[in-house]
Formats: sequence, C-alpha cells, structure tokens
Amino acid sequence: MNGGVPPGADIGVGSHRARWLAASLLAASLALLLLGASVGSTGFASVLRMAHDPLALQIVWDIRLPRTLGAWLAGALLGLAGSIAQGLFRNPLADPYLLGSASGAALGGALAMAMLGVSPTTAGWLARLGVTGAAFAGAALAVLLTLVLARGVQHTLRLLLAGVIVGVVLSAVRDLVQVASPHILEAMQVFTMGSSAFVGWQACLLMAGGWILCAGCAWALSRLLDGLMLGEATAASLGLPLVPMRTGLVLALALATGLAVAHTGLIAFVGLAAPHLVRSIARVTHQWHVWLSSLMGAVLLLAADILARWVIAPQELPVGVLTAALGGSYLLWLMHRRSAGRGL
Amino acid sequence: MKNIAVSARGVSANIENIQILRGIDIDLPQGRWTSVVGPNGAGKSTLLMALAGLLRHARVQGGVELLGRPLARIPARERARLLAWLGQNEAAADDLPAYEVAMLGRLPHRAWMAPASGADHAAVEQALRTTQAWDWRERPLSRLSGGERQRVLLARALAVQAPVMLMDEPLANLDPPHQADWLRTVRALTGAGGTVVSVLHEVSIALQADDMAIVAAGRVVHHGPCGDAATHAALEQVFDHRIRVRELDGTWIALPTL
Repeated sequence: MNGGVPPGADIGVGSHRARWLAASLLAASLALLLLGASVGSTGFASVLRMAHDPLALQIVWDIRLPRTLGAWLAGALLGLAGSIAQGLFRNPLADPYLLGSASGAALGGALAMAMLGVSPTTAGWLARLGVTGAAFAGAALAVLLTLVLARGVQHTLRLLLAGVIVGVVLSAVRDLVQVASPHILEAMQVFTMGSSAFVGWQACLLMAGGWILCAGCAWALSRLLDGLMLGEATAASLGLPLVPMRTGLVLALALATGLAVAHTGLIAFVGLAAPHLVRSIARVTHQWHVWLSSLMGAVLLLAADILARWVIAPQELPVGVLTAALGGSYLLWLMHRRSAGRGL
Repeated sequence: MKNIAVSARGVSANIENIQILRGIDIDLPQGRWTSVVGPNGAGKSTLLMALAGLLRHARVQGGVELLGRPLARIPARERARLLAWLGQNEAAADDLPAYEVAMLGRLPHRAWMAPASGADHAAVEQALRTTQAWDWRERPLSRLSGGERQRVLLARALAVQAPVMLMDEPLANLDPPHQADWLRTVRALTGAGGTVVSVLHEVSIALQADDMAIVAAGRVVHHGPCGDAATHAALEQVFDHRIRVRELDGTWIALPTL
C-alpha cells in the first residue's frame, strides 16, 4: 500500500483522458469556427477586405459566422441527443434519427410552416419560436410513439424497428402536408436535406439557449444514465427516481432534436456517431459523456458543414447529404466490427 | 427474540396476470445469512425483488418491512443505503471501467452532483479488494470474463455498505475458488452484524447458510436452520427426492440421487 497517496488517486485515467479530449474538442471548435468564417463562395478574400468593405463585412458577419456557429450548435444538440438516447434506452444504436424523433420534429416543423406560412429564410422571432415549439412537440410525440410501439426499451431490435416504422410513417405524413401546401415546398427541401444555409443570429441564439438548457438537464440527470447501465432494477435499488428522471431526459432529448431539426433540417448520423467516438476515446461516466458527446457532435457537424461548403465551391452540398454518406459508412463499419467481434 | 431485518406479510405478486407469489409470510433475522432455494420458476427471484421493493411492473399485495419500518414509506435514497441489491444478468455490455462501476454503488451516499469523497474511494477500494477485482479496476466491463464481471458487480453491491444485502444468483459464472471466497465474504458480513439473503442454485453452497427458505410454486414451504433434519427433508422433498443431503467433513452437501 502506498501510505501517503489518498485512495483512488491512481484512478482517473478515464477523467484525465476526458479532460484532454474536452480540451482538444474545444480547440478544434475554435479552429473550425475561424475556418468556417473564411470559407464561402467569395472565398477568404472577404475576411481580408472586411475592415474597409461593408459588403465583405456583411458576408462574414451576417452569413458565414452565424451559419458556422449554427452548424456547431446543431451538432452539439444532435450529439447531446444521441448521448441521452443511447444511455436512456441502453441501446448503442439509438439516436434521434433511428428513434423516429427527428422525423417527428420535421413533421412538427412542416406543420408549423404550413400553418404560419413562413420559411426559414424569412422567419422572425415568433415564427421561429413557433416552428421550434412544433418541432419539439413532434419529436417528443415520436419518441413516445416509438416507446409505445416497442412496448418499452427492453428489446433492442424491437425498439429500433419501432423507431424506423415511426420515422417512415411520420415522413409520409410530412409528404402529405407538403402536397397540401405547396408554398412550403422550397423550404421543405432544405429541411429534408439538412443545411445550415438559413441559420441567422436569431436561430443561433435560440439554439444556444436550448443547448445550455438541454445539456444542463442531461448533466444534472446523468446519474440515472449511469445507473441504468447496470439495469433498471439496480438503478431503482440505488435510490434513483426512475420515472421523473426518465421524463426529464426524454424532454431534453426531444427539445435538443426539435431545436436542431427546426433550424438545420434533418441531419443524420451525427447523433449516432458522436457518442460512439467519445466512448472509443475516453470511457467515462455520463456526467462527462453528455458534454463530450455534445462537443464531438459539434465538431463533426461543423467540419462536415465546412467540407460541404468547400468541396464543390462556389456551389455547395447540403450538409445532410454529406453526413448521411459519411455516417452511413461509419455505421456499416461499426456493424461489421461488431459482427466480427462480440455481439451487440 | 432476534431482531428482524426483512419481513413479508401476505405478499402476493402478479406479473402480466400470472400469479408468481401466493401469500408469502417470512421473517428474515438480522445478522444471519438466509439462502433461498427452490425449483426453477418457483418465484425465488420475484420474492427477492418484492423484498427489495423493486417490483415495478407487477401488482403486489401485502406488506414488506425493512428493519422494522414499512418498506414503501422509507424514502428511496435512505432505502438504497439500507438495502443493497445484486441482480441477475442485468448489466448491459458496458464501457465503464470496473472502478467506476463499483463507484456507482456509492450513489446513495453522495449528494446530488457531488464528486466522490475520500470515504467513497475507500469503500470502493475495499469492495474491489474483497472480491479480488482491484487488479483490473481500469479495464472496462466489456473486456472482462463472465466470472470477473460478476466479481466487479458484487463489489458494486458491497460498496453500498448496506446493513441488508439481497443477492440473486451471486455465484453465476464464478469458479469454485471464488465461490469459496464469496462464502467467506458473506460470513464476514454476517459476522459484522449484516444480513444477507441470496437466491442460490448451488444447493451445496446454499446449505452453508445459517438459514434456508425453500420456495415452491410461489409459497415458502419451509424456513429453518440449514443444519436441521427437517430442512434437509423439505429440501429433498421439494426437489422430488432427486437430490439427497449428506454430511461430509462436518458440513452438509447435496448429491444427485442415482
């Protein structure tokens, strides 16, 4: 025994790596935010000229910065939602997309746009709040629907199947809404492909506020996510109030999904990949994991967004298409590795 | 008169409209180890969950008392400090290091959002050393063998340092030397005044307990000291006389009837 060292002092490899990962992700975020401000159809020249060219200043300040920050925030929300979903449903494949909640959020957003008659480009404060609220309600409803269909979270495959079914059905309903109100068609196209192009400062502010709220809530309730790793009965035996904590986490999951979808549309796989990447680097309790997944999601989506803006510049790819392609490959690789090694 | 750690009065439980427990009356004395045995599907695990107050998806009638107080009226956190639970096949494929898993046993002792205290670290270290899992404290659960995992999970339950411990199949996947270690751990717990209740399939190990509760078809058919001839007779009876209880080197063991 090493007398002077307090017990447990030699532990902390996990949290040491977590600190290191958090610092790297923050540094990467900063670097990508700067890079994001300098990438666009008018190139880096706008940054150089913005001191005396009001147009260049406007491009950087009113277009590039908010959409860059918006991509970061949407990624943070999706990474957070993925971390909550995977912990809450004890399912490594759970994410806002596969659980159908993203489709629910998109349906809610579409309904709000059809009824309020707005598009993401022109929306003011109230309309934005309305679309966000509807997306939140849609996401929450979709999660509940998935849980009812799957009859609880016990069965991994049933939960995912239910999520996929709910997703398909709600997308079909969204298509109907679109057919019925063709004036939202253009907005919906942006919505379904996923893009940061219409994120302004207002949207950034909304997403930032929501992110703080959701991440704080997930952080405060992270004990339940830890306890659930040992099974429901053990979590209850540790004195954790399952029902209120679960409710809080489902609401945080729905709000995070709703916010991200309402402002950047359907962006797949960020919520799935971010928690996995974090876990493969640092094995930590959820108190750390929710924040790290969130930062990881932010870095992933921002990097993808910059890539989407740059790869065929001056044209740009919808970022959702890019994340779907990259994330889909990642999921395939994950499945391959799992079937080659141990099972789910 | 011994103090009673856990008692049940007329406990019945229905799960999905199937009656699992049919009016259980039992008093488990403090400072003793009681093993619960019985055929498959007798309701042993359900009984243990009912005693721990963990049957959420079932209709439960009757009352359970923990250390003389109605279980349902004890606040959840306080109950979690008084009663530790080790379930069966519960942990999912898990990425947490063994140390962090054992630390989860300290949750009932830690204030909301508070970091682990020195006492928490000491309790976790002691628990991991007791189950000889200290050496792989930094390895994630998913990279441990079944028996090693079980020892980490046992350490998690020990780390709660509760006066009453309920364990469902704690010997699952343990090899004989670690089964013997578990036995010594339980004896040390009861020696220090703790109460242990364990569901066991290994009848010979179950016979090492102080008392034995024999469960069949949702009822306690016998409850008595493990050394009693009446307990042995009831044990042989409930297993259709396909096992027999014999004495060897001063302890009782169960052998198959051939």
